[in-house]
Amino acid sequence: MEYMILLHSDESAAPDFAPGSPEFDEMMGEWMAFNAELAEGGHMIGGASLAPTGTATTLHKSPDGNSTTDGPYAETKEQLGGYYVIEAADLDEALAIAAKVPIPYGSFEVRPIAFRPEV
Amino acid sequence: MVTIDAALAQLVRQDAPRVLALLAGRYSDLHLADDAVADALAEAAKRWPTDGVPDNPGAWLNRVASRRAVDRIRRLDVERRRTQAAAPELHADPNDSAATMHDTFLIDDPISDPNLPEDQLRLMFLCCHPALNADAQVALTLRLIGGLTTDEIAAAYLIPTPTLAQRISRAKSKIRDAVIPLHMPTHLEHRLDAVLSVLYLVFNEGYLGRGDAPEPMRVDLCEEALRLTRSLADLLPDHAEIHGLLALELFHDARRDARLDANADLVLLPNQDRTRWHQPGIEKGNAALREAMALQAPGRYQIQAMIAGYHTNARHAEDTDWTRIVALYDRLIAIDPSPIAALNRAVAIGMAEGPQAGLAALPSSDDLSTYHLFHAAEAELHLMAGNVEEARTAFETAHSLARNPAEVRHLERRVAETT
Repeated sequence: MEYMILLHSDESAAPDFAPGSPEFDEMMGEWMAFNAELAEGGHMIGGASLAPTGTATTLHKSPDGNSTTDGPYAETKEQLGGYYVIEAADLDEALAIAAKVPIPYGSFEVRPIAFRPEV
Repeated sequence: MVTIDAALAQLVRQDAPRVLALLAGRYSDLHLADDAVADALAEAAKRWPTDGVPDNPGAWLNRVASRRAVDRIRRLDVERRRTQAAAPELHADPNDSAATMHDTFLIDDPISDPNLPEDQLRLMFLCCHPALNADAQVALTLRLIGGLTTDEIAAAYLIPTPTLAQRISRAKSKIRDAVIPLHMPTHLEHRLDAVLSVLYLVFNEGYLGRGDAPEPMRVDLCEEALRLTRSLADLLPDHAEIHGLLALELFHDARRDARLDANADLVLLPNQDRTRWHQPGIEKGNAALREAMALQAPGRYQIQAMIAGYHTNARHAEDTDWTRIVALYDRLIAIDPSPIAALNRAVAIGMAEGPQAGLAALPSSDDLSTYHLFHAAEAELHLMAGNVEEARTAFETAHSLARNPAEVRHLERRVAETT
């Protein structure tokens, strides 16, 4: 069985160490160790860390027309039903791809991926 | 003899946005362009008082800012290599290097650069990108396209400078981090609509803002909106709605002097002294509207401009062709069924067919219950129908919801007059 783990946490509380600093290396070390453990155990399929919510854009899709808003999707009555990781030249291309997802009504949050470990 | 201050102000307002657009286009990098222009402007402020104003300030700015951009690319490249060496796991993009740097280019007056119109347009579309929130779109447009300073924009919107500065810096970060591109949009019409609404938003803010105590340092947002709409019309002359918006703004602007009396109190359209309307402005509005209609692509700004044109071209209030105006509102609602358009249509019906018909045509208050002008319009219709009691109640509601000082005073008077 494959599972998806959704990581929700308070991004304002996340550490912000400069690359190259000992604190940064220590933090990265923990993540790399965790990723290695997943890979060695045969668990790793994929994963990524997302850029902060300030980079998020939400596409609201409906048959009457789509609209785009700044910011992450604020959960209301819709439920998370799936995800895509895509390669796109820029946000416009990513939004155009999102608009083609064959769900007539829905809200699709589009956010850049900040970092993806090698699988 | 131009003073240094005036020359610098002109440089910021007129030349800086052009150079910014060119640099942003050349490097596909808004941040780099903005920083480089800021460096060059600082250099002008430092050197011009002793060296004097150069013969062609625009070319000077273009030259210095271009040099600063190259310096910045070199510095960034060194920094990036250092980061990459320290943390290779961050996958620094190898394409983001000095390889994209252009070291030699012929620099002349930015205005004669053939890339300028396209670069300015692309920047305008970027500033009004729907992935940015509406406030940020307005702030970016005024700052990057209009050449207004953060202080000027903050003052125009009566908000603290740090708040505005943060709004701009957040928007710029999002442009960089989410990779919002600097290119001509695929669906031009749709994105053009977003640009037009930003410009109209700026105009309306200025129009209403004129009711406040005048501050000498406050930038006139109406004039800015007009200037930007005009330049957009020059850049995209075949788009009817741009000319439509321009006509709409010109008609409103032509009535500016008659809108407030000597006490800065609001004077409603039927009571305005029409001899104080600015005739050349009306003629310009008529010309812009003709240009729009010749393109035969109707839209909501053109219809609103036609409505404004019927008002503005009527010599006396009683000459207003309300039947035509009602028909135009019907067309407007068919394209853009907004509750505000429905409200204005009801007022027009009240004038064309009598207050009872107007009251019957009022849209349901569900969408407009917090909109002071809904209650004010309802009150005026009740008053015309002789329902003084209902009129007062509605004026009171309108008064409690109004924000603009001139409107608050006006509604206060209307409450008193119906008590």
